[in-house]
Amino acid sequence: MKPRHKRIALIVGGLASITIAAILVLKALDSNIALYITPSDVIAGKAPHGKAFRMGGLVKQGSIQREGMTTRFAITDTAKEIPVAYTGILPDLFRDGKGAIVQGKLGADGLFSASEVLAKHDENYMPPEAQHAIEQAQKK
Amino acid sequence: MTPELGHFALILAFVATLMQGVLPLIGAQRSQAQWIALARPAAQTHFLLLAFSFACLAQSFLANDFSVAYVAQNSNTQLPAIYRFAAVWGGHEGSLLLWVLMLSGWGAAVSVTSRQLPEVMVARVLAVLGLVSVGMLAFILFTSNPFARLLPAAAEGSDLNPLLQDPGLVFHPPMLYMGYVGFAVAFAFAIAALISGRLDAAWARWSRPWTTAAWCFLTIGIAMGSWWAYYELGWGGWWFWDPVENASFMPWLAGTALIHSLAITEKRGAFKNWTVLLAIAAFSLSLLGTFLVRSGVLTSVHAFASDPSRGVFILLLLGVVIGSSLALFAWRAPKVSAGGAFALVSRETMLLINNVLLVVATGSVLLGTLYPLLIDALGLGKLSVGPPYFNTVFVPVVVPLLMLIAVGPLARWKQADLRDMARRLRLSFVLALLAGIILPQLMGTWTPMTALGCLLAVWIASSTVFQIVERLKIGGGSAPTSFWGMHLAHFGIAVFVLGVTLVGGYQEEKDVRMQTGDVVSVGGYQLRLLSISAAPGPNYRASVGEFELSKNGRVLKTLHPEKRQYFSSQMPMTEAAIDAGFTRDIYVSLGEPLDQQGAWSVRVYFKPFVDWIWGGCLLMAAGGFLAVFDRRYRLRVKAAASLPASATA
Repeated sequence: MKPRHKRIALIVGGLASITIAAILVLKALDSNIALYITPSDVIAGKAPHGKAFRMGGLVKQGSIQREGMTTRFAITDTAKEIPVAYTGILPDLFRDGKGAIVQGKLGADGLFSASEVLAKHDENYMPPEAQHAIEQAQKK
Repeated sequence: MTPELGHFALILAFVATLMQGVLPLIGAQRSQAQWIALARPAAQTHFLLLAFSFACLAQSFLANDFSVAYVAQNSNTQLPAIYRFAAVWGGHEGSLLLWVLMLSGWGAAVSVTSRQLPEVMVARVLAVLGLVSVGMLAFILFTSNPFARLLPAAAEGSDLNPLLQDPGLVFHPPMLYMGYVGFAVAFAFAIAALISGRLDAAWARWSRPWTTAAWCFLTIGIAMGSWWAYYELGWGGWWFWDPVENASFMPWLAGTALIHSLAITEKRGAFKNWTVLLAIAAFSLSLLGTFLVRSGVLTSVHAFASDPSRGVFILLLLGVVIGSSLALFAWRAPKVSAGGAFALVSRETMLLINNVLLVVATGSVLLGTLYPLLIDALGLGKLSVGPPYFNTVFVPVVVPLLMLIAVGPLARWKQADLRDMARRLRLSFVLALLAGIILPQLMGTWTPMTALGCLLAVWIASSTVFQIVERLKIGGGSAPTSFWGMHLAHFGIAVFVLGVTLVGGYQEEKDVRMQTGDVVSVGGYQLRLLSISAAPGPNYRASVGEFELSKNGRVLKTLHPEKRQYFSSQMPMTEAAIDAGFTRDIYVSLGEPLDQQGAWSVRVYFKPFVDWIWGGCLLMAAGGFLAVFDRRYRLRVKAAASLPASATA
């Protein structure tokens, strides 16, 4: 093999692996992104069907109900609210009236089944996405 | 008084670092010996002043001086002394001060241990480090002064975030910063070599131990962060692809590529341009990490120590560093010779593939981390990129990389003999196949992913051991320290991979409702809740659970998970109780009281081989440190310096 051929082989090999990586990356990005959608947008029918998404807002005052390990509550952006059900242990800072983000799917009955609930690690901190949802709602 | 002294020392350090950054550089260009000679004392003064300044801040914390705004925000009289000290880097200002202190420490270390290097080279390296420090110190002095007074003084501090009140805070940030900032030395060597136009094997040899040392600290720092998240955040996982974790992982990946590429440049004089680019990339990614963590653009666990308005400054600094170093590279690189030729099957090619894969991995992590920020900045909506993305992209890139770990070190430089390599790998191949078939069966169920993981781990571990045995036979029972270092690090990867595979494939997680007397079984163990009672702590009140861990009716241990309520911040905190073992961890944490009957939600995990993950990381770091102390870096530097032509031939 001549040096020139070798270099061409290396370059082609490099390009091929980068292309494969790029394809993998784009495919993975496409199927694994969770969009943030505000409760108002969910009511307006903008939520994807059968696909997981994230919803940010406040835990509605007095909406938390427990049945064994399942907790039901509502996420509100102060304009609209969506009922949520979650089974498992909630984060330490999940509280009435505080900001939270839920990830999961919207059922046909309008109940959001959360697979993950995120609250912040600081008492006074508001997740930017929850803040965003409230600002959006108040603009309208 | 103490804060003013600290502030004053900080200003003096700024002056010293200006001298360190500018004068030796000019001196080196004009061959003025006095100015060149300034580099060392300036770097050492810079370090001493910063250490003094840091000590002043620590003293303010220990003395509960709440007239200092930063102390008032991050400490409290009830806080135990060790955390008052660690709180120095618990917030934005102090962690930046720690950052520059580390940087000046690396500079001082270079100035002390570089007696064998040419004075001009040392002057340039220290000057580049000085310039980086100028940027960071200006940032601290003008936007984030930790010594700013609070008038009137607060009567009581608002306390350190309870999440940070943990031994993890004492060790994790300093280790991580040592690593982050250590890549500045590799960067400075690369820039100094570019300025001098002498990118040769000698440069690579000088730069190697520093790069490896920084990499070791970063490895330990990341591993500690991961361990901390595992037991303190109560999440029970060891890696979450959290943007801030990624921010530390990207420089690690680039640094790993750099270590390997430096090996080619040192031994064969090839890939010089590429090595320089990697050095620039590793440090730029460290700066990017600092920016991501400090600026608050990310939603993350670390977001409490951030301030968006200050992010612009770091972004600017990042722009200047990347822009100027790439400009210098574009100007100088065409003059660099190509280095030795090599065949398609050779050590060089193996290391090249290693580099390509690591760079692709870095790129995919970078994309996943920055993509949401980019989309948000463009106003296209808010989204999050979760672990599935990273797993889908990362695993296919890393699997061939792991495969090559066994093969690469067997290949000779220039031209390797495929048949000979295949013969030496035969036994490892058989063992790996057997492991892939048998190990998952022993653990319970066979799945393709666990089989692949076991196969890879045994493939790497066995070939590493065989190579050591082979070498000892040839070398009469001894081998260079760096040889041991490399194989120890590779063996660490095998341990790590096995840990990741087994915990991923066979862990059990249960969230259950428990009352006194209830039993939950997990992974063949039984946990009985004996009681949950109240207990006071130094600055919190806790509910402490008492769990009895048993297996087959034999009581092994009692575990005491806690739920704490901190007085000053009113924040609840979960403290998990872990029974750690060589082959498994049992992890219990308290959720919250559920009803009037005294039932609690309880989280119970069975984590097989989880400690192997961090054990593997420690082995990697230990291997790295062995390589740093190889004799040849100390003995042959002088010879190499005087013979650059023969070294690159």
